Amino acid sequence: MEPLLRVENLSVKFNEHHVLKDVNFSVNKADVLAIVGPNGAGKSVLFRAILGLVPHYGQVQWAKNIKVNYVPQKLNIDRDIPLSVAEFLKFKTKNYEETAKILRAVGLTDSSHDDFHIKEHVLKQRLGWLSGGQLQRVLIAWAMIDNPDVLLFDEPTSGIDIGGEETIYNLLRKLNKEHSMTIIMISHELNIVYKYANSVLCLNKEMICYGSPNDVLDPQALAKLYGGEAGFYKHDHDH
Amino acid sequence: MITNPLILQIIVGVLIGLGAGYVGSFMILRRMSLVGDALSHVALPGIAVALLFEFNPFFGAFAALFLAILGIWVLEKKTELPSETLVGIFFTLSLAFGLLLTPEPELLEALFGDITKIAMFDLYITLILVIAIFITMVKISNSLMMGIISKDLTRSMGIKLDRTNFIFLIMVSIIVALGLKVAGTLLMGSLVIIPAAAAKNISVNLSKYTVLGSIFGALSALVGILVANQYGLQPGPIVVLTGGCIFLVSLLFKK
Repeated sequence: MEPLLRVENLSVKFNEHHVLKDVNFSVNKADVLAIVGPNGAGKSVLFRAILGLVPHYGQVQWAKNIKVNYVPQKLNIDRDIPLSVAEFLKFKTKNYEETAKILRAVGLTDSSHDDFHIKEHVLKQRLGWLSGGQLQRVLIAWAMIDNPDVLLFDEPTSGIDIGGEETIYNLLRKLNKEHSMTIIMISHELNIVYKYANSVLCLNKEMICYGSPNDVLDPQALAKLYGGEAGFYKHDHDH
Repeated sequence: MITNPLILQIIVGVLIGLGAGYVGSFMILRRMSLVGDALSHVALPGIAVALLFEFNPFFGAFAALFLAILGIWVLEKKTELPSETLVGIFFTLSLAFGLLLTPEPELLEALFGDITKIAMFDLYITLILVIAIFITMVKISNSLMMGIISKDLTRSMGIKLDRTNFIFLIMVSIIVALGLKVAGTLLMGSLVIIPAAAAKNISVNLSKYTVLGSIFGALSALVGILVANQYGLQPGPIVVLTGGCIFLVSLLFKK
């Protein structure tokens, strides 16, 4: 099968400094690829490079006619930004039925909630008033609206409490299983990687490891990635 | 043909207030309040040159503003850094130049505006340009808003954000150039910023925010011109002060 994305010898330079060097990987349909690495490792830059948002060297080859949606790590959404959830979603679709369906799919409302609830308590809200978890769900909904083949997620759970984190990842897994959606996500939590990803790319400006998490996330790779100490975080998995 | 000068002033003032409030709404969201406020100063040397070479000051002002806007656009494009310092220095320097260049008899009008001196021609040009501003703004508002939330996200959707920003900045220079008649080079920036700031205090969604911004802009102009006419005062400062009052009231209902 042709991969959805093939990246060869990808390098990014800012002011003559390598931010990324010779990164190689590929992503197949329905993969969940996690990109891990310390702060400043170039994870977000990698996303921006494969989306063509920053100048880069090397090959980034997406399969033909696929739709890629992206949710960046930081959105500039202040508490007082005058933009409602409805208006935000309307940038993508004006179809109310579709919006409601997706809000249910991401768990912002459940099937017991009627239209009134959805309109009053979700759609009419100011975007900045949502909790971290609600906002993340809205962003996932937003990214899902036009049925993308691939979802790029930069730290899906930044700013969410532990309980909320679990549900966001379960939601992403559900999307992956039920819609064969390909997911590429940046995460710095290794236990999440073991649990949810079928391949992992360790990045610290260059590629440290790449493959199935159980095969490649060994103490040596982690020591190289995080400088020694992170090896202790290795998750004991018995599933 | 409108013969009553007060009605002519009110129509032109309200049109400019509508446009200023709408454009200003997006300037505030883009954190350009300070830039917007100082931007109008740049018009002064343009007006001065127009007066010296005897062509319509609107075009002189627009040319100067356009150059300044081009500078901001390049700065925004090239760096992620806030351009406030450069803008602060460059814009006030141009005010200083303008003060030296502007012939003395016209200086006061250039600084504070004088809507009592408008003619039918001003109404035509204002009407056409304000309509053009509204049509353009409605077309680019989604991309603009997305760009405010996240540049990367917007670009990843295939939206040409640099183009959107450039068009927006041209709209800013047009409305500021038009508004110089009302509030002059010292105060026009406030007419763009204050009504929108008041609208932001009490709006939950974008459509209400932009509509209220326009209404507050129009209301400032209407009340300001009427009050100034009643008491024989300069309309420009009164228009801006009216906007200030609306802003204070909006604080009481802040959401």
